[in-house]
Amino acid sequence: MENIIKHHIKNVKKGDQAAFEEIVSFYQNKVYHIVFRMIGDTYEAQDIAQEAFIRAYTNIHSFDENRKFSTWLYRIATNLSIDRLRKKKPDYHLDAEVKGTEGLDMYSQLAADQALPEEEVQNMELQSNIHKEILSLPPKYRGVIVLRFLDDLSLAEIGEILDLPLGTVKTRIHRGRELLRKKLRHV
Amino acid sequence: MNCEESQKLMHQYLDGDASEEEAQLLREHLHACPDCQQHYQELKQTESLLSGAAYELSAPAAFTDSVMAKLPKEKKRVGYMRWFRTHPVLTAAAVFFLFMFTSVFSAWNNDASVSVSKQEGLIVENDLVIVPEGVTVEGDLVVENGDLDIRGEVDGDVTILNGDLLKGAGAEANMAAADNITGEYQEIDQMFGWLWFHMKQAFTF
Ligand SMILES: [Zn+2]
Repeated sequence: MENIIKHHIKNVKKGDQAAFEEIVSFYQNKVYHIVFRMIGDTYEAQDIAQEAFIRAYTNIHSFDENRKFSTWLYRIATNLSIDRLRKKKPDYHLDAEVKGTEGLDMYSQLAADQALPEEEVQNMELQSNIHKEILSLPPKYRGVIVLRFLDDLSLAEIGEILDLPLGTVKTRIHRGRELLRKKLRHV
Repeated sequence: MNCEESQKLMHQYLDGDASEEEAQLLREHLHACPDCQQHYQELKQTESLLSGAAYELSAPAAFTDSVMAKLPKEKKRVGYMRWFRTHPVLTAAAVFFLFMFTSVFSAWNNDASVSVSKQEGLIVENDLVIVPEGVTVEGDLVVENGDLDIRGEVDGDVTILNGDLLKGAGAEANMAAADNITGEYQEIDQMFGWLWFHMKQAFTF
């Protein structure tokens, strides 16, 4: 897949805008996922995820084709997310509480609309809780936790995306995992 | 191993960073210590919840279309060139009709007046263009709707559209005249070749 993506990138660099559509289509879920987990709000997440792709397009000439495209793209997405979080209120705990409630509404709305079986409703509530607890983490732990299980990224790649040394990535994963353990042990 | 060391090792183990000996030491401690056993189970559960949550989300509908609509407009030339590359037959048809409805197309007949790409030092008599003896045309020469007689030299490519290259008469003379051209010589008097020549000119930027 990485080779097909590289082929599309070559065409985009030549000025073929239509080739970029394939790239957006392939990575949209992952980029949206990262941003949504970092930010919490669906509307804002969509806005930032789109901005990430637009930045990737306008800066495509600075992408080194010998490197992994996903690493470069996820870095743009996480940087934009972190910037947005910085501009928000610093009391992220309170913020996360509000966002978490929104998330729950979204999940329960979905459940009500589709008249889902009981176990799926429960699963949605569980997912909503996990989402809320990830958002309650301080952003520096949130980033590593979100990237940790996405796309089989290695710890070294996570370090590259977040511009952190490997040791720091590990410390943050351990710390974030401990915080989540306390929050999620009773779900 | 104390409990603090054991908990540190749990994280390394979950990251795949623990050696075989370290893993063994951890297992021994977990067997002996219910608190750490509990702690480890909770970490495992956290890991499994997070990994389950990682494949949960998809982008909103029409996300890709929305991104594409917001991209800065690509340069027109690239757009035309891509269209030209991907639709050669349609392009040929479009160009054909374009010529049909423009005065350019009317140039395709023997009554049309002669035209030549360079005038300096050349003699134009009716439908005949002459490169006089002692005159060297610097660069490419295109003659349209007329014959060309090279008595001097052309230092470049020669293309004749709807006409002939003359020197006296006959093929031998023609060959001799071609010797006075340093570049390539091309004679186009089939309609399609003529059209193709103009298309290439139009799309060569
Ligand atoms: Zn212990």
